[in-house]
Amino acid sequence: MLDLLAQAAQPEFARPRIDWFALSPELVLLSLGALLTLLDVVFAERAKAITSAIAGLGLVGVIIPLVAVWTRVNDGDVLYAFAEKKPGATDPVGLEHYVIDEYAIVMKILFVLVGYVVVLLSTNYVAEGDYWESEYYGLLISSILGMVVMASARDLIGIFVALELLSIPAYLLAAWRKRDKLSNEAGLKYYLMGVFASAVMLYGMSLLYGTTGSTLLVDISKAVGGRESSSIATLGIVFVAVGFAFKVSAVPFHNWAPDTYEGAPTPVTAFLAVASKTAGFVALLTLVYVGFWGRGDVYEPLMWFLAAASMTIGNLLALRQTNFVRMMAYSGVAQTGFIIAPLAVAGNGDIADAALSTTVNYLAIYAAMNLGAFGVLIALARKTRSAEISDMRGAFHYAPGLTAVMTVFLFSLAGIPPIGGWFAKFRVFSVLVQDDSVSGYLLAVVVAVNSVIALYYYASVARTMWADEAPDGDLTPVNVPPSLVAALGITVAITLVFGILPSVVGDFTDVSLLAGG
Amino acid sequence: MTEVYLNQFLILAAVLFSIGVYGVLARRNGVMVLMSIELILNSVNINLVAFSAFRGTLGGEVFALFVIAVAAAEVGVGLALVLLLYRNSKTIDFSEVDAMKG
Repeated sequence: MLDLLAQAAQPEFARPRIDWFALSPELVLLSLGALLTLLDVVFAERAKAITSAIAGLGLVGVIIPLVAVWTRVNDGDVLYAFAEKKPGATDPVGLEHYVIDEYAIVMKILFVLVGYVVVLLSTNYVAEGDYWESEYYGLLISSILGMVVMASARDLIGIFVALELLSIPAYLLAAWRKRDKLSNEAGLKYYLMGVFASAVMLYGMSLLYGTTGSTLLVDISKAVGGRESSSIATLGIVFVAVGFAFKVSAVPFHNWAPDTYEGAPTPVTAFLAVASKTAGFVALLTLVYVGFWGRGDVYEPLMWFLAAASMTIGNLLALRQTNFVRMMAYSGVAQTGFIIAPLAVAGNGDIADAALSTTVNYLAIYAAMNLGAFGVLIALARKTRSAEISDMRGAFHYAPGLTAVMTVFLFSLAGIPPIGGWFAKFRVFSVLVQDDSVSGYLLAVVVAVNSVIALYYYASVARTMWADEAPDGDLTPVNVPPSLVAALGITVAITLVFGILPSVVGDFTDVSLLAGG
Repeated sequence: MTEVYLNQFLILAAVLFSIGVYGVLARRNGVMVLMSIELILNSVNINLVAFSAFRGTLGGEVFALFVIAVAAAEVGVGLALVLLLYRNSKTIDFSEVDAMKG
């Protein structure tokens, strides 16, 4: 063992050159999280009034370095956070461990925006609730930091650390109402499923490392894509993919989602349903497009099955829900199926780029419409104190604005033109058809059938809100605080713009990932 | 001197992994479930270190260190959640945690 270490240590260690500019968004987020935690330690309860403002302003502040980095990578350039000077070479060579390309930066901007909207949703919920635990925003920011790191990680170790950095605070957030039994249950179920999934994923990663001798995704791609690839590598790929299938709550790994969503505080539910799921997809995309590139024979059937099962079972279970949050949980499972679907044909080199930008596009629209729907629920629950669909009846009579906005989100989720969700689903459908294979056409049929089933339960919520009478004829208006109005404004604007003017924002999600090797 | 083969480590790890998965799925006691998860994570560590030693690359050992550190954080959170459950419900039996269904 010792000689092995001595051998490996032979070349003189040189500190890699660090590109601080490329890392600036992460550093700002890190300082923001540390600042919020410190404020809590020093001022305790007295910091209550300012923490949410600092978290929100900080997240807006992170946009500045993000946009600065974006302008550098927009025209196909790639920034490497770490670079190494090889002996004899004049310029340092970028290391593939932590890469900031266009895909990474677009996902980072999405995560930070989602984080900002979640802060807006939380502000009054947290301040007015019975519970005040000041760790809330610190945990939220560290979870967002994990997601931002995930977008750039191109190494098994990096992906694992990012996954844990985003998950561990999320377990705590789900159980945040610590004297509430439902919240305990939500946190516990989320924790058990998450930890089990990451343990299985790690086992797969260890097998991948064993067969390829490297933790770097580009090296893994060269080794598993080649002819000498072994069945152990196949097992590794399946285990890693299954680990992330838990994270994105794809059937048959979705059991935790409804219970966790129902028991967790609603802003946290929105965060889990959107940000945490998107982070899982980011990891899946990176793995498929960089790490497992060339092994379409392994991941395509797997993704096909996950997509078809998630869409169908998610939608069928959503049909019989009476609680809005549970319905959204199952609808989220179905949406997961739609988002995975392009990955089932991603191995086809001609449409690989189209499949990637379709997925990124869907993720951006999904984030806006889902956050919006939860935002309306949070606003309505200020009056009704309930998430039951039956308690939302007649909302039109006392909250016409909220009802109209909710209708936009529901119809977008269902995929009715000309709202954003329609455009997203259309692109999924067209990329599946472009593959021109039996499996592609079959999955396209599943997508089409499921869009119709989904319309039924989304529309029935809208009907309840518009047509029914308000319970007990109580028509006192809902008091919607400014932060919620801002959150709803942002999400409804994005949902509509993506649908009506897709060309304006299409450029934002048109990304390409450098396929390794 | 006895020859040591990579397979021996891999089989040990696979057995530990299987016991761990069985424990997570079959055990209902909270602390036992957490211990089963630890078994899986340690099987991963054995795999990583064995592969690393036999291939002569250091990546696996570094990875194992990360796994150990993160596992500690994870179990810390897990024990806190079990403790929370015990305070509110006076039980650490996961089969009794089923207020939500559907």
